[in-house]
Amino acid sequence: MAITGLIMVGFVLFHMLGNLQMFQGPDAINTYAHFLKTLPPAVMWGGRLFLLAAAGVHVATAISLTRENCKACPTDPGVKERVQATLSSKTMALSGSILLFFIVFHILHFTTHTIFPVYKTFMTDLDGQQVYDVYSMVIYGFSNAWIATFYIIAMGLLCMHLSHGVSSMFQSLGLRNNYWRKTFDIFAALYGWVIFIGFVSNPAAVLLSEYTSLNIFPVQDVLLRLS
Amino acid sequence: MKLTLKIWRQANTEDQGRFISYSVDDVSSDSSFLEMLDLLNEQLVAKGEEPVAFDHDCREGICGMCSLRINGLAHGPERATTVCQLHMRSFQDGDTITIEPWRAAPFPVVKDLVVDRSSFDAIIQSGGFITARTGSAQDANSILVPKCDADTAMDAAACIGCGACVAACKNASAMLFVAAKAAHLNTLPQGQAEKDRRVLKMVSTMDEAGFGNCTNYGECEAVCPKEISLDFIAKLNRDYGKASIKAFLSGSDE
Ligand code: HEM
Ligand code: FES
Repeated sequence: MAITGLIMVGFVLFHMLGNLQMFQGPDAINTYAHFLKTLPPAVMWGGRLFLLAAAGVHVATAISLTRENCKACPTDPGVKERVQATLSSKTMALSGSILLFFIVFHILHFTTHTIFPVYKTFMTDLDGQQVYDVYSMVIYGFSNAWIATFYIIAMGLLCMHLSHGVSSMFQSLGLRNNYWRKTFDIFAALYGWVIFIGFVSNPAAVLLSEYTSLNIFPVQDVLLRLS
Repeated sequence: MKLTLKIWRQANTEDQGRFISYSVDDVSSDSSFLEMLDLLNEQLVAKGEEPVAFDHDCREGICGMCSLRINGLAHGPERATTVCQLHMRSFQDGDTITIEPWRAAPFPVVKDLVVDRSSFDAIIQSGGFITARTGSAQDANSILVPKCDADTAMDAAACIGCGACVAACKNASAMLFVAAKAAHLNTLPQGQAEKDRRVLKMVSTMDEAGFGNCTNYGECEAVCPKEISLDFIAKLNRDYGKASIKAFLSGSDE
């Protein structure tokens, strides 16, 4: 649980930093995406399978963990108060389950384009080469307010999942003590927020550009060009 | 003080159980929580009713027998306090107080507020000891123990095995108890020889007994009457990791 969590914790940081290149304009993100897609297949598929395996093992252990814990706690007709447990720590299975749904949706949406096959047709010119236009796809995708909102909510849940998980994993690995506990807790909360703000910046910026006078992304241009 | 008590009554393990309300008058705010229950029981006996069964022994906070969930909190509202050391001045005149047994699958209710904690005994029997010739005590200074190790071991040994950690945990995990008992011996020189085996055995016995898994949210530490620290759980995880790797590499399960 902790090790697979840690793998994904590392991944989401790089994923988030990669996404921020949206703000450097189309060429930056499209170059980055093109670089990722043209990695040697062994590296690309190795990485993908590694992450999928981490997620798979994480979910499998989460299920058996939650099952065992449910069995250990008989239905409790009484009152039960909590002294210090955080909301995030009490809702890990819930935030995790919604994240699983989100991850599947996200892959079908932006990676395989299964949900909206029209995304497959977005191409652009990069230094004289025809490459996939990730920049326009993201703007087009988030111009749908429902989808952008879902992404934002999912990232809020990821922030909660991480603000408990990142501190918890140090304890699970036996690396935490009272001297470091506060530091890890603060680090985890901070990490969660950094990831949240980093990821949410894209859908939020698209919505702001679309519905307010702010003009962070050229939403109307992209919509006109693609429809 | 006049109080209304909502008490869990359950005739035996098979019985469904239910809350029953009682009122008690003339409770001194200087009496302990258990003395208040004694008062109730005297009234019940005088009326020819069945007294409320609850566990207790030393009544001075050292044996770990007393085990009540009061208004949803293991051992009641005071931190670092067993129920027997809890006094009625922690409550207000006219209060309604809910009193329940520990609830966890490995702690079946025997009667009313009494639960069977022999799964803890099974854990201790599987590794919470040092295999050494007993007999006359050896010379006090024949094994030197660094002061900081002795202090850590004493902090862990403070665990009285009451089970509040399990009762407070949403997963009914016994990790704080097992961590304290293992750390107590694993920290001392006398415990080194059997350290790996102790950790593996105690953890597997804990799992077999049906306790849940620790998800690190710290309610156990918050209710522990002896303030056992979550540090010991991290240490147990660390020792368990090392012992498992060694067992794997040596191909044995001990
Ligand atoms: C795919 C869907 C996911 C599910 C179903 C899921 C579920 C869970 C559950 C049930 C736990 C244990 C919870 C507890 O402490 O009560 C957990 C812990 C954790 N999760 Fe997830 N999670 C998912 C995705 C993620 C992602 C995407 C990340 C990181 C980016 C992540 C990082 C962590 C970490 C670091 C822990 C703490 C591990 C520990 O305490 O040892 N999880 N997850
Ligand atoms: S009765 Fe002994 S600790 Fe409370």
